[in-house]
Amino acid sequence: MILDRKQVEEIAFLARLELTEEEKEEYAAQLSAILSHVAKLQELDTTGVPPTVHILPVSNVLREDEPGESLPVELALANAPEKAEGCFVVPRILEE
Amino acid sequence: MELWKLPAHSLHKLLVGGEVTAQEITSAFLQRLREVEPQLQAFITVTEELALEQAQEIDRRREKGEELPPLAGIPFALKDNISVRGIPTTCGSKMLENYIPVYDATIYKRLREAGSVLVGKTNMDEFAMGSSTEFSAFHVTRNPWNLERVPGGSSGGSAAAIAAGAANFALGTDTGGSIRQPAAFCGIVGIKPTYGRVSRYGVIPFASSLDQAGPMARTVTDAALVLNVISGHDQRDSTALKEPVPDYTSYLVPDVAGLKIGVPKEYFGEGIAPEVGAAIWEGIRLLEKLGARVEEFSLQTASHCLSAYYIIAPAEASSNLACYDGIRYGYRADVDDLLGMYTKSRRVLGSEVRRRIMLGTYALSAGYYDAYYHKAQQARTLIRQEFKEAFEKYDVLITPTTPNVAFALGAMVDDLLAMYLSDVCTLAANLAGLPAISLPCGFSQGMPIGMQILGKPFAEGKILQVAYTFEQETEYHKEFPPVSKGVM
Repeated sequence: MILDRKQVEEIAFLARLELTEEEKEEYAAQLSAILSHVAKLQELDTTGVPPTVHILPVSNVLREDEPGESLPVELALANAPEKAEGCFVVPRILEE
Repeated sequence: MELWKLPAHSLHKLLVGGEVTAQEITSAFLQRLREVEPQLQAFITVTEELALEQAQEIDRRREKGEELPPLAGIPFALKDNISVRGIPTTCGSKMLENYIPVYDATIYKRLREAGSVLVGKTNMDEFAMGSSTEFSAFHVTRNPWNLERVPGGSSGGSAAAIAAGAANFALGTDTGGSIRQPAAFCGIVGIKPTYGRVSRYGVIPFASSLDQAGPMARTVTDAALVLNVISGHDQRDSTALKEPVPDYTSYLVPDVAGLKIGVPKEYFGEGIAPEVGAAIWEGIRLLEKLGARVEEFSLQTASHCLSAYYIIAPAEASSNLACYDGIRYGYRADVDDLLGMYTKSRRVLGSEVRRRIMLGTYALSAGYYDAYYHKAQQARTLIRQEFKEAFEKYDVLITPTTPNVAFALGAMVDDLLAMYLSDVCTLAANLAGLPAISLPCGFSQGMPIGMQILGKPFAEGKILQVAYTFEQETEYHKEFPPVSKGVM
């Protein structure tokens, strides 16, 4: 298997996902199967080939900097699970 | 007269001629919707009241003598990842079950300006990740041609609704085939426009360099009318190019004389059901008889598209879906510490979504980036290059839309690679940013078969013309599904 259980735990942590013990086993097997399939790509000679960074022939898109309508605070907060005084509320991140 | 069976251009004539009202049209579709919805479960939200209000407004405009645009009073459905202010937009996910957008997607706004009437938001695989709509967090949608089979995905709700006549047209989104594959499975027309043709503002992202919204309809003409409305630059989406938007209906001319069709051999090889391959070839021969020139050729990169796609799409998704952290919108678990709040909130994401986030996170992580993501983006350059060369020789390319007809419900949920392979014919258009259309071209096992026509960037007109020519010569699009259990 390309990925073991420990690697699955590390990836899950990076992605801020919580997995059950059973899911760790399952994901290790499933992700390994997918990765071994996509490994076929290594057969393709890409020496000196630039990666696609954008599919369209555009670089910078500019327009006049004119003030326009923007989202009022109360609408921007309308879907917030918790809010106070015009702000999003998050759990405490600093110890007292 | 069954109004729900009529194409938009016929309904328009009846409406402006004063033979029916917009409210009668909307009521007819809503009645059909109520009739088929218990079997199909194509919708997440039905907006009946809103639809009747919008239809009433069209009737008032007509009474005042206003000239109505072609899609005014025509009922449509939106895939549930397209934002509508004040209407739940769930993306098929528990994460967004209670999310109510505070702004409209540009494409919805444009359809409203054109006077179309919203009947509901359709079911989809969670965050558009899937090929059967079975990964919706809410319910399974069934195929109107056979209720024991999947409608395809991820725009499966839109496809099933249009095939059954619950709305005249719908919008779907297509990241690797999510408009064309369900269109093929349900026997309708679906267009993935050129990347940059249609604004993505207000469309909840899956993989931003591949996503594109497009029309799903019963006829090529109706699809062209919808494309006319949704195409064009948007100040709110800098990737929606300023390229001029032609009147796509001007391409609806039955003429393929001298047209050069390229047929890539790799799309007819291993894994393609013989009946499907035969139906596509029969279609190609028909176009040849009508004056097109046909040539087989080889697309060397074809076998690498699936691999490149299953690195690039999850990588972009893992980054896009990082916003579901329980803070600004979406589900939030009641936990006191920040890290715990993130991980517990993200537990509501379904297994396929989490799997793809994991895959993408891995492909982008230090030490693996070069082997996976960088390599896949290099492959993408080669894929684009090969298509560019092909279009120097051919006007359009024709392939099957899917390797087989719609599969049975539950048949592939445990075999992910097999499920991913059902998109093998459609992925290249997303990777290369090309426009592609799927249209009905036959039946096998009582299920529709879809033919895919690909064009150069911004050559939507050309693929519409070829599709229209084929449609005028065939009867497949005239069939209506039984909305009952078939013989398996």
